[in-house]
Amino acid sequence: MDEQVMSQREALNLALDQALAADERVLLLGEDIADPGASGPTKGLSTRYGADRVLDTPISEAAILGAAIGMAMDGFLPVAEIMIMDFIGIAADQLINNAAKLRFMTGGRVTAPITVRTQVYGGLGTGATHSQSLEAWFMHIPGLKVIVPATPRDAKGLLTSAIFDEDPCLVLETIRLQGQRGPVPLDPSFSIPLGQGEVKRPGTDVTLVTYGRGLVESLNAAAALEAEGVSAEVLDLRTLVPLDVPLLLECVSRTRRAVVVHDAIQFAGPGAEIAAMVQEELFDVLEAPVLRVGARFVPNPGSAALEAQVYPSVDRIVSAVRRTLGKPAAEVGGDV
Amino acid sequence: MENDRQGAAPSADVQRRLYELMVLMKAADDRLSKGIASGELQCVYWPPRGQEAIAAAVGVCLRTDDQLVTTYRGLHDLIGKGVPLVEIYGEMLGRQVGASRGKGGTMHIARPESGVAMSTGIVGAGPPVAVGLAMAAQRKGIDRVTVVSFGDGATNTGSFHEAANMAALWDLPVVLLCQNNLYGEMTPVEHTMKVETIAERAQAYGMPGVRVDGNDPLAMVAALEEAVDRARSGGGPTLLDCVTFRFRGHYFGDPMAYIPAEQMAAAQLADPVPSFRAALASTGICSEHELEELDQAAVAAVEEALATVLAAEPASADELSRDVYADPTNCPV
Repeated sequence: MDEQVMSQREALNLALDQALAADERVLLLGEDIADPGASGPTKGLSTRYGADRVLDTPISEAAILGAAIGMAMDGFLPVAEIMIMDFIGIAADQLINNAAKLRFMTGGRVTAPITVRTQVYGGLGTGATHSQSLEAWFMHIPGLKVIVPATPRDAKGLLTSAIFDEDPCLVLETIRLQGQRGPVPLDPSFSIPLGQGEVKRPGTDVTLVTYGRGLVESLNAAAALEAEGVSAEVLDLRTLVPLDVPLLLECVSRTRRAVVVHDAIQFAGPGAEIAAMVQEELFDVLEAPVLRVGARFVPNPGSAALEAQVYPSVDRIVSAVRRTLGKPAAEVGGDV
Repeated sequence: MENDRQGAAPSADVQRRLYELMVLMKAADDRLSKGIASGELQCVYWPPRGQEAIAAAVGVCLRTDDQLVTTYRGLHDLIGKGVPLVEIYGEMLGRQVGASRGKGGTMHIARPESGVAMSTGIVGAGPPVAVGLAMAAQRKGIDRVTVVSFGDGATNTGSFHEAANMAALWDLPVVLLCQNNLYGEMTPVEHTMKVETIAERAQAYGMPGVRVDGNDPLAMVAALEEAVDRARSGGGPTLLDCVTFRFRGHYFGDPMAYIPAEQMAAAQLADPVPSFRAALASTGICSEHELEELDQAAVAAVEEALATVLAAEPASADELSRDVYADPTNCPV
């Protein structure tokens, strides 16, 4: 399959472009997604496909998602953009009470297979209301699928799957990953099934279970650990619902230690569920408690000096791994 | 803008049909209310008793393929749009014969074959979805109209304003049908908005807003026909402010301590079902005998539907894990 090295932003753009080209039912709607105002993954698409298929809307998040639901109920495959994830609270009713539940509430008579793309701005000094990773909220809603790609290849493959999936999908795009480059298959038929994690780095001593931007820090931490003689496996879950529990359990059964890493707040975050599941299934084989490294439980600060302390870092991940190995965390510094 | 029944009155057949629908809606409410009050029937219920003229107009003005988005207070709307009583009662009472095989409950009845796209349980949640259904029709180039029904309280939600603005901005084939029953839950409408009418809110979006006597089915048909024609012909949305009353309060069992006795007494004098019955008799459109037949047919239809529902099986246990996802693989269902 032909591949090309591109940024994640370009990979997302390619997925949208190819979906619009492949299927008349696909259309995009959101704030500032059409040219000349578009600067993100939708750039250029309204010029190519017309303002009727790449539709700028008023700043009306609830109506954007409601409109997407109405169109999806009637056979369209709308891809709605909530520009920044923190804005999703305004639209949450439509997502959690209509999109997620229509199939069940109507006994399968009515469905709303929308895709909601949203962007996480954490780590860029945008402050407490333009930075949050809120995926745990939506993992809690039966009927929704929650997808967090980390690499350009996964971004293209997972967004393509989401657009054509029969269930409503929420796709988190991480701004800090959008400039990262990697090989991406160009074939329009390329997709990655939802619910399949991927081991991004093999290892034998501990599994770093992660997704999204946590993958970057986890891979960096694994490299640092290798220098200390610790072999860390890195499992990228890629989707949180569906969750690749079989692969998760297979990995941790082998390494017998796990640390969950994510940019979402650690308390009651996705890692809590993952750690609980691993401990329920693998209590007898675990050599140590499953630890979590997530964002601290504070509103995200504006100052870079403060924000750097909030998210998982290599130091915090390495410290957690050392704890699971029974080594003192102080050797490498930092708190978990 | 007040609607004063412009144009010719509907034909005798249409008037008879309006009454037939209204008396069926009333009979369905009466039977359900009696059953819940006596303990015979167990279900939650938000009664629309008193709002029948609006829903009957929906019944005669819309085509089957026209879409209706309604609310938890939707018994009358569902009957008007042609959802079989067995599916409605069956869903309210949690039986396999319900519209959603018992999975939706009273608040969440949909029937695409009748053009009922969905019923929403959250105040104000319907208008954005109606915008999307109308966008779909516009993009497909079909002349289908979407009517979204909601109460006065919904017009205070952000969702309503967002949707009204979009509907007007894009000239969408939508009718915003406000069943203004004078109370948002337990609070009188004048305590919740500075404007005197809901109709005038339409001006802010650049769409027509019309205040209608929601207890008069002929006024309702005139106003709704005009709004539906406008939508169908590409003229964009209309907000109808249909002034009516709910006789049983917000939920079934509501003690209604907040409703002044004089207001209730005046409303009962304007009860749309007996009022329209008297009007049909006095204009000679229906004889007393015909009206009695319609009354009895409504009660018989309701009893037959209820008997069918009560004989039906409760929702099947395996339904719980069905329809959560199209493909639940690796989902924690």
